[in-house]
Amino acid sequence: MLELWEVLRQFFWRYRKRSSSRKSTNIAVRAAAMADGSKGKSTKEQKYDRQLRLWGDHGQDALENAHVCVINATATGTELLKNLVLPGIGAFTIVDGHKASGEDVGNNFFLSIDSIGKSRAQAATELLQELNSDVSGNFVEETPDKLLDNDPEFFHRFSLVIGVQLEESTCLRLGAVLWNAGVPFLACRTYGLVGYMRLAVREHTVIESHPDNALEDLRLDQPFAELKNHVQSYNLDNMEKKHHSHTPWIIIVAKYLEKWYNEHNFQLPKNYKEKESFRELIRNGILQNENGVPEDEENFEEAIKNVNTALNPTKISRLVQEIFDGEECKNITSQTPAFWIMARAVKEFVESEGGGNLPVRGTIPDMIADSEKFINLQNVYREKAMQDALLVAKHVESLLQSVGKPPESITEPDIKLFCKNAAFLRVVHCRSLADEYSVESLNKDEITSCMDSPDCEMVLYLMLRSIDRFHQQHSRYPGVYNYQVEEDIGKLKLCVNSLLQEYGLNVNVKDDYIHEFCRYGASEPHTVASFLGGCAAQEAIKIITHQFVPFNNTFIYNAMSQTSATFQL
Amino acid sequence: MADVEEPMALDDANWDGRWNHVSKFLERAGPFTHPDFEPSTELLQFLLETCKILVIGAGGLGCELLKNLALSGFRDIHLVDMDTIDVSNLNRQFLFRPKDVGRPKAEVAAEFINRRIPGCNVIAHFKKIQDFDESFYQQFHIVVCGLDSIIARRWMNGMLMSLLTFEEGVLDPSSVIPLIDGGTEGFKGNARVILPGMTACIECTLELYPPQITYPMCTIASMPRLPEHCVEYVRLLQWPKENPFGDGVPLDGDDPKHIQWVFQRSRERAGEFSITGVTYRLTQGEPRLLISASLGLSCLLFRSAYISLNNYLMFNDVDGLYTYTFEADRKENCPACSQVPQELQFAPSAKLQDVLNYLTKSATLQMKSPAITATLEGKNKTLYLQTISSIEERTRPNLCKTLKELGLTDGQELAVTDITSPQTLLFKLSLST
Repeated sequence: MLELWEVLRQFFWRYRKRSSSRKSTNIAVRAAAMADGSKGKSTKEQKYDRQLRLWGDHGQDALENAHVCVINATATGTELLKNLVLPGIGAFTIVDGHKASGEDVGNNFFLSIDSIGKSRAQAATELLQELNSDVSGNFVEETPDKLLDNDPEFFHRFSLVIGVQLEESTCLRLGAVLWNAGVPFLACRTYGLVGYMRLAVREHTVIESHPDNALEDLRLDQPFAELKNHVQSYNLDNMEKKHHSHTPWIIIVAKYLEKWYNEHNFQLPKNYKEKESFRELIRNGILQNENGVPEDEENFEEAIKNVNTALNPTKISRLVQEIFDGEECKNITSQTPAFWIMARAVKEFVESEGGGNLPVRGTIPDMIADSEKFINLQNVYREKAMQDALLVAKHVESLLQSVGKPPESITEPDIKLFCKNAAFLRVVHCRSLADEYSVESLNKDEITSCMDSPDCEMVLYLMLRSIDRFHQQHSRYPGVYNYQVEEDIGKLKLCVNSLLQEYGLNVNVKDDYIHEFCRYGASEPHTVASFLGGCAAQEAIKIITHQFVPFNNTFIYNAMSQTSATFQL
Repeated sequence: MADVEEPMALDDANWDGRWNHVSKFLERAGPFTHPDFEPSTELLQFLLETCKILVIGAGGLGCELLKNLALSGFRDIHLVDMDTIDVSNLNRQFLFRPKDVGRPKAEVAAEFINRRIPGCNVIAHFKKIQDFDESFYQQFHIVVCGLDSIIARRWMNGMLMSLLTFEEGVLDPSSVIPLIDGGTEGFKGNARVILPGMTACIECTLELYPPQITYPMCTIASMPRLPEHCVEYVRLLQWPKENPFGDGVPLDGDDPKHIQWVFQRSRERAGEFSITGVTYRLTQGEPRLLISASLGLSCLLFRSAYISLNNYLMFNDVDGLYTYTFEADRKENCPACSQVPQELQFAPSAKLQDVLNYLTKSATLQMKSPAITATLEGKNKTLYLQTISSIEERTRPNLCKTLKELGLTDGQELAVTDITSPQTLLFKLSLST
């Protein structure tokens, strides 16, 4: 026990010291690199170049200031750690009370033949540490149950706790502690050819969700004054060919929309027929040569192609509206996180200066145009976006004042970033493990409707719950030894039935799956562990950087069919 | 240059329980296994002693592949990679350390795996895939690719097609070498299993690859709007003209001095047009290939060796995690795997340039710089070849000539070679008005 406290005390001291010095070093290094591009990049920036393109410097900072706890250095655990250490997570702590066995070393890249019989936590930490000297690797040679018994607050200090191959009882205990402490919890498991992940975080906000196919924010249906004026400055009927052919398609659509409004009672083209007419109207605007043959005007072709999306009414998505309508947005206190204060500020903007719309995003897609026309148009949108952001900033300031916080608590760059991403804000609320496991609140509907297709990945979830039940009863997993496989099928089937009965689930689990799970014998094939470790690390990075959207809340990977599914349980 | 082949003593490097996780799948029957699967202890022996695997690429995917294969029992592994290690590789290519920068990837990767996984014998080849011929590729049971270029994939695909043998028009299954391929970009990835001659190949599904972003030359040359246009201007036009680091010295995306030069001039260019947004990072991004390995996307590929993936898997975890698995169809007239002779239809008054345009721009062919030859008056005549400048100069005038002027006749065979395939493709020319 004394040894344990000594270890804990030492690593806390090391972590605190490292974390603060690293932050100031980071800032100095980046500042030096940015200030003068001619000095090139630091080695660290070069090393992290590919990932900085994905989540930026601020994302990298978040990663480098994070401390992750991983319980059990099995193959799944070390694979996911590898994928956090390589990109430079600040620190990790492995909690594992096991000694490495021959079987462990056989499927784990971060254990060697010398590790057999030694602390699995220590052996794995050493080999993982080799991957990246920027990272602080630590270990605690203790079982999670012991820590939960003696010092549950041990887990409070982590940015994220990842439990790998946990027994059900440990998982639930740990889940409860972390839920109450507001620490995100990710449970991972590789069981034969099945991968499983469960995320439990009360509330996770995302400003930069980086959506794949975002619609542009062009405001053609509701042009703001500066855009209207800019469009006015063009006279398409009186232009030289070279200017006519290099007018941005946004201007073309805006001009022809004006024509359309005059003839259609100021109504946007609504259905397919009207949009076709509108496209024709634009097509007829293409210059013709002396023989009446239309010239090659690519910008007009672009306009025609973009009519469909360009005329989409500007509106606030349901997801963003839900954020505005949320409780956190309504009740601003001095404890309210920056995300909600900014959300409230944008909501107030929408309801006043925004005239029902979000702040203008400020970006336009590339399009055929000469440089000057394009840049001028781009600047119209950029400047409007800046103005809108300033107005939002005023709302932020008065909100901060109303709860007695200094205006510097939320910076201008933060507000700008928030406004730019206003249409893509996301909030994820996961249910607790307690709710998932309780008979009263389990998601019966989701389970039963999925099981209408008996080979849906949901059956694998039910099987995992069943083998946990088996473990509870027999203190082992089914089919670990060859001689057990056949007789365990019957025993496992009893567990499946009792599970379904206890939860009142009127579904059928095919015998094939029961057989298959006995066949697995609780094995952890490296390839499945590797894939799951990769997925888990990516979700961990999302949680830490608050970029991209994490899954909610149960992910099942079926390595037999190479399919996967996500359920909200 | 001799390949690095270290004689590895394949003694019994097996300790108690080493293969427990793997053997359960090889020695136990199960309800979902392949109908021909028979559990046996011999399967593990096959993996350990007989199975020969070729891994192409030792980068982000390659490192994962090697680790996963080695920990699954594969020992006789050959590894081909033509690159050396760069600092920017170290954030994901975990077999490399800072001290290895500059060394060949294949060699360092092989050393690491052989050291960490006792009994494993990875043999490194610091070579291009094109440096080997059929006699090399024929020896493998499976080929796994972790490449970063579509061209290389197509070449590999073509090579395995060329190994197929047919007996009276029927494919001999023993000549089929499965190809497992994967690629990643940011938070997206894909994996597929190709059984040459039996399932959809790379050429069958060329449209699945996202089009590479290229900007029109007029935009780059005179009408830039985006910072990217400015960088492309410097890369494509200014660099070849000024040759800043010596005559004919190509732009090296990994050399900070080169990138610095491009960065400064891109900024100047942007300044002329009041374009903002040229950063060092943006500059460095331009010469890179669009497909780059991402972090944490582990090898899905190997799973297929147990029960085959049928046959294409897409993965995207931008928003939650999403996978989509489907069976890609073979193309009936696929130029690589269908055995159907390819036809070219042109008017006799069409120019050779038109044929060249078709070969490079058609969605099914997408050739890069094809060389066209034909048999004229009993002799093999090169009509056009781009890749050797002296021949390019000599044959360039042919591009403006009509097919009739060149002496080509209806039904004539044209032989086309291109970097996208190890084989010569034969086209039947159909001349009609």
